[in-house]
Amino acid sequence: MPIPIGKGRRLQGWRQGAALGLLPFVVVKASRIASGEALSLIGSMPRTWAAAVVVLLAAAALSATFTASDRVRLCAALAGVVLTAVAVARAADALTPAGSRIVRISPGVGFWVLLIAFALIATNALTRFRLSPALRVVCLLGAAALLYAAFAGGLFDTLSIMREYAVNADRFSREARQHVLLALGSLAPAVMVGIPIGILCHRVPRVKGAILQTLNLIQTIPSIALFGILMVPLAAIAEAFPWAGELGVHGIGAAPAVIALFLYALLPVVANTAVGLGRVSPATVEAARGMGMTHWQVLRQVEFALALPVILTGIRIVLVQNIGLVTIAALIGGGGFGTFVFQGIGQTAIDLVLLGAIPTVALAFSCAVVLDALVDTLNRSPP
Amino acid sequence: MIEIESLTKQYGPTTVVDDVSMSIASGSITVIVGTSGSGKSTLLRMINKLIEPTRGRVLIEGRDTALTPAPLLRRKIGYVIQGNGLFPHRTVAENIATVPKLLGWEVARIRARVDELLKVFQLDPREYAGKFPYQLSGGQQQRVGVARALAAEPAVLLMDEPFGALDPIIRGKAQDDLLEIQRRFGTTVVLVTHDMDEAFRLGERVAVMNQGRVLQYDRPTALLTRPIDPFVSRLTGTADRSLRLLSLIKAGEAAVPGTAAEPAAALGPTVSADASLREVLCDLLWRGAAAVSVLNPDGTAAGTLTVGGILARGKPG
Repeated sequence: MPIPIGKGRRLQGWRQGAALGLLPFVVVKASRIASGEALSLIGSMPRTWAAAVVVLLAAAALSATFTASDRVRLCAALAGVVLTAVAVARAADALTPAGSRIVRISPGVGFWVLLIAFALIATNALTRFRLSPALRVVCLLGAAALLYAAFAGGLFDTLSIMREYAVNADRFSREARQHVLLALGSLAPAVMVGIPIGILCHRVPRVKGAILQTLNLIQTIPSIALFGILMVPLAAIAEAFPWAGELGVHGIGAAPAVIALFLYALLPVVANTAVGLGRVSPATVEAARGMGMTHWQVLRQVEFALALPVILTGIRIVLVQNIGLVTIAALIGGGGFGTFVFQGIGQTAIDLVLLGAIPTVALAFSCAVVLDALVDTLNRSPP
Repeated sequence: MIEIESLTKQYGPTTVVDDVSMSIASGSITVIVGTSGSGKSTLLRMINKLIEPTRGRVLIEGRDTALTPAPLLRRKIGYVIQGNGLFPHRTVAENIATVPKLLGWEVARIRARVDELLKVFQLDPREYAGKFPYQLSGGQQQRVGVARALAAEPAVLLMDEPFGALDPIIRGKAQDDLLEIQRRFGTTVVLVTHDMDEAFRLGERVAVMNQGRVLQYDRPTALLTRPIDPFVSRLTGTADRSLRLLSLIKAGEAAVPGTAAEPAAALGPTVSADASLREVLCDLLWRGAAAVSVLNPDGTAAGTLTVGGILARGKPG
């Protein structure tokens, strides 16, 4: 839903104005857990730099707020995003004493407000272009490439989050892989099991109610509780059958995490499969049978093909939900980005929390964009 | 030749089709007509085994259909349903190619057949082959549905209320097209409808069904002039049966020869030999004329028709 031109956008403009002047742009801490000193944008870097940044940011904010052209608005907002990011990197560079690895410079509230406001305007303008699915994926890849270049080029190296990354670089890639593995490793079996159950629900309406209610019930169990419930039987299995333990089945770790995520993932897959198949017109199925398609051909070429966009929507829900839930799996030793989040909470090191949280959000967002594009591509032919 | 022998379908205690036997000549159009719930669709769907009969059997060209696996049987029988049942996720060309693909035809042969059929149904292949069904009008969708059913050159075409969803003008055109296509390919057509006008317009033979039984299976004129059952005469309509009868007779058949010596140009009002007597009578009433000359398609005179001559044909016997 595009924001109507007028009041809403002017409000965003005020928000940026306030952020520019008053809110702390960076926070300087003597060490990673010391309390910090907040600095405004102007106080955080040399005068000439600060003046240039303020003028440019104001120009971007004003043109993004008051232009009538979506194109100009998009460009100004994107320029604002880049400028804000570069400014915080410059501020961190300027404030870090030469050679120091202990002083931490974190992005402050002002930075986040600026970044989010510009990003919102950019997304809003981008939605108005109604980009084709392929183009949306290209945009995502472009943004990812740009970010990768910025990180690889060391632009943000002096920022506190990247300091945490530098310390944890080995673990970061390992946990990233584990995060993706847990999310996909539970999605794949959920799809393989959920689609046949969905077909069963569609074919045998008598069992549909019972199955969906059971899955709904599982969905209401809080994730921590479900991990807890699974620990007991899994530990017992691992004890009773040593070979199961060798295969990785333990009361804690990846096994309960994958099983819990699998159970959560079933409802969207099963429900969407049943709904998608239910939407296929009986006349179409009758025609397919009448022309001599076998049961399997009718299911695959007609029913399933027509239900696919709805089923994929279910898979998209599951994937995004899983990427978020995997974070909790770290609590029971499942690994993933959640490890940094909980470690950071334990050490009151907010930068470490962000090192886990930001990649999780980025991953979920990217998956949503890609799968949405896929659904739209499939939906394109018939209305 | 399709032979239906003592075909019966029961759902629990309910008998939907009750001991129906009839034989359908190759290369003809047979219409099964009846009110809803008469069992006419069930009868049709037992021919291609979409419904398994409780008793009885169907022979196509002397071969019992029970001996052929249902999907293989259906690939040799065209099937058109009301609302066409086109695949919404496939293009027009892909829809038409469905059965040839199932039969494993070569790509080039499929493409040639799709183009041929699109041309037959007056749809330019370059414009329509790549379109999706929702981009077509109702009449075009219906034509694609029939083209799809005919794609693998079936000897038999089953149609279940194929024109039911069309408006009257497009329906008339679709019926004319069907007659044309049937003549062209010599297909054996079995069509189910509840519309008596459609039955008389299309059917060489018409079977009237009620409560699962075929009451009368005969030529349309016989249904009008010699109904064997009150239900049949009620269904065929007593009020306008004389006009219905006239609509079944062609001007060419009824024309009285003898005035053929006169040159065609001097004949005054003329009608085509293809026109029905009903149309000719309406034409005469409109003009206030008493007689008209009938012209063959080649322009020669076939004879004359008078109001009296036409009226004489509008009664039994």
